[in-house]
Amino acid sequence: MELSVRFFALYRERAGCSVASVAVPEGATVAELVASVRALYPRLAPPDVQIVVAVNEEYADPETSLHANDEICLIPPVSGGD
Amino acid sequence: MVIAMSEMIVITCEELCPDQFTNLVRRDTNGAVVTFLGTTRDTFEGRRVIRLEYEAYEEMAYRKLEEIRQQLKAEFGVEDVAIGHRIGVVDIGEISLVVAVASPHRSEAFNACHEAVNRLKHSVPIWKKEFYEGGEHWVACEDHMFQERTESSPEPLAAPADND
Repeated sequence: MELSVRFFALYRERAGCSVASVAVPEGATVAELVASVRALYPRLAPPDVQIVVAVNEEYADPETSLHANDEICLIPPVSGGD
Repeated sequence: MVIAMSEMIVITCEELCPDQFTNLVRRDTNGAVVTFLGTTRDTFEGRRVIRLEYEAYEEMAYRKLEEIRQQLKAEFGVEDVAIGHRIGVVDIGEISLVVAVASPHRSEAFNACHEAVNRLKHSVPIWKKEFYEGGEHWVACEDHMFQERTESSPEPLAAPADND
């Protein structure tokens, strides 16, 4: 299935786009999606940095299963406020 | 997706007016209102900051801010909480964050306001980029963990020592 993945802030700049279509097997997990995204965009984050993913506006565990219409965003470390 | 938005949570590119948020939470039943302002500072680790830019994943940021508001009302027993976050370009000395908390007594209002800012920084998808003379960087992202490493050199198997 094709998943639409949004990037923000540092990830958006390093990917060079705000949204990408990523092909993963049916029923793929968040961890599998992250592996595919890293393969497409090796500069996103060093391998030892965990990439946080939000699915349908909630932080998702690596084992969460994904569906074709999920809203998926890669979330760099946050720093709101001041 | 349509999100039922509370007027108590605002994410905006416009200048934030603290009175707006203070007035939103004021009630005759309260004896205390604490309003916190986060303002943009002109230096960071010795470097001169020229301006800042905030970027939000807005739909989720609203949801997370509303979640924090509800948690604080339940945990601290405060009467209401209003939060405003500015995004886009924010010049030095301007307000990027307003948190207003109203409560019958001051101690709960102070504590809930402090906790609001702490939680916001951990869970709300809003990012800050600082622009310096001669450079720029995403705060919290481009620390030593995120530095781009030379692609020709293999990654060490062991995690790097934590320098913090």
